[in-house]
Amino acid sequence: MTAVHLEAVSERAQPSLVAAIAKKEIAEAFRSKWFWMWTVAFAGLAVFMATVALPGSQVAEFGSFGRTAASLVALAQIIVPLMGLTLGASSIAGQRESGALRFLLSHPVSRSEAFLGTYAGLAAALAATVFGGFGLAGLITVMQGGGADAGSFVRIAVLSWLLAVSMLGFGMLVSTFARTASAALGIAVFVWLLFTFVGDLGVMGSALATRVPTWGLLATAVVNPVEAFRLASLTAFSGSLDVLGPAGRYAVDTFGDQLGWMLFVTVGLWAAIPVVLAWFRFTRGGDV
Amino acid sequence: MIEIRSLTKRYGEVEVVSDFDLDVGPGESVALWGPNGAGKTTVVRCLLGLVTYEGSITVGGLDASEHGKAVRGAMGYVPQELSFYDDMTVYELLDYSASLRFLPPERVDEVCEIVQLDEHTAKRVRELSGGLKQRLGIASALLPDPPILLLDEPTSNLDAHARESAITLLEGLRHEGRTLIITSHHIEEMAMLVDRVVAMEEGRIQVICGPSDLADELGLKAWLHVIMSNGDTSAALDVLHGQGFTARLNSRGVLVEVSAQGKGEAVAALQNAGLSIRDLEVWR
Repeated sequence: MTAVHLEAVSERAQPSLVAAIAKKEIAEAFRSKWFWMWTVAFAGLAVFMATVALPGSQVAEFGSFGRTAASLVALAQIIVPLMGLTLGASSIAGQRESGALRFLLSHPVSRSEAFLGTYAGLAAALAATVFGGFGLAGLITVMQGGGADAGSFVRIAVLSWLLAVSMLGFGMLVSTFARTASAALGIAVFVWLLFTFVGDLGVMGSALATRVPTWGLLATAVVNPVEAFRLASLTAFSGSLDVLGPAGRYAVDTFGDQLGWMLFVTVGLWAAIPVVLAWFRFTRGGDV
Repeated sequence: MIEIRSLTKRYGEVEVVSDFDLDVGPGESVALWGPNGAGKTTVVRCLLGLVTYEGSITVGGLDASEHGKAVRGAMGYVPQELSFYDDMTVYELLDYSASLRFLPPERVDEVCEIVQLDEHTAKRVRELSGGLKQRLGIASALLPDPPILLLDEPTSNLDAHARESAITLLEGLRHEGRTLIITSHHIEEMAMLVDRVVAMEEGRIQVICGPSDLADELGLKAWLHVIMSNGDTSAALDVLHGQGFTARLNSRGVLVEVSAQGKGEAVAALQNAGLSIRDLEVWR
């Protein structure tokens, strides 16, 4: 055989390769029992909220979509972060552990393409779960005669998905550091507890224990992505942040009509920051 | 074709490959041979750009650390074991691998025929035997018809039948003129598959030689456990000692030290003395 002289090719990420990896990730997610467990749990609870819990309740100031949305926010802020974190945490670490990552990167595929494809595929799978759950709940609400506040309902669905991809990014960040998938999952559960419970309690506790200014309290709340999601969602369907007390009133007084979009953008930033960090870590990181 | 210069790989303080130099010509078949932990798999991972390293690797005139995609495009990699994508079918996995190389789906059918996987394309990876998984790994590596194949312990997890089948397949690939780099710790296979053996120990090259010279170069020995017919154990021991072999009795037969690539010499000595062997096995 004669000597082979190779031609250099661009090392930049190619969208078609990212799409091919994403397509495989979506197919794998749909085959995974964990994915279906989350999807069924989320959709089932969403439907339960829409059909059983809310029609009998008296939340006077909200329309029927608003009532369903309010309960879905409470549901989403617990389940969605756990879903995104565990899916993200098991992604890279699991592939590294099984040898799948090595196999993938033995192809003419860059680390950026491998990462972005994995992320895009999992984000799409999470979209199916979140929008499926919200879609079913919305459908039931419409069938029960509800119709107002549909825009807010859709906005909260989008916010839930942004929260899901934010947590997916955090999960993947954990996954780039962890040696094994089980270690990554353990850390992911800890992060979930931190965001979902400890963060919330911490904000309340520090507000009581210290004389944090109202703007400081608001800032402390949006530093936690789950709390930022909750505030953005509450603003989406009620227009107020009374739940935050003085800090909420300060926010409404200071930012007025812009508050909803500001919180929406904050959640969007939270969706972007961890995945950028994870991408940076994975592409600059060490050995596979 | 492949030039490796002063390749060194460290994990923390531990140097797993040290100052490794190797040239592999086009169409040449080279084995990286050594015990577990010798560093042979790490060399393959360096070639694929899966790990960072010191030194330089040039493939087809391109620096592998700067042109990873182009270099990997010229290589097919067969992992030691396909223990992932268990829920995918054979066809799905190969179609995925083909899509990562912008190859048409028809290429999957062609490769399945070449490695005789065409009857198994609908099976899930988890349903495949070790031998079929190995064929799947080879099929994936052959998809782009690459000039270079990297095979990591291609026969280590196979039973005797599957191993023979895999070796036949690899011999065919070798004779097609591809450049083969094979890691192995099976000395017998090397003679059939490669032109040169790079013997490694603790990350360093011990010797580079032809496969038939390896045992002599390194003084490799094996123990042959011989079970004699008709209770000729003591007579066998006398014959072997008389021929200069190191041998001793054990509870069932005779243990005789032989050259790793000259096991037949002890057998011939016993047969020439008119002794009948009932069974034998190799102890390393």
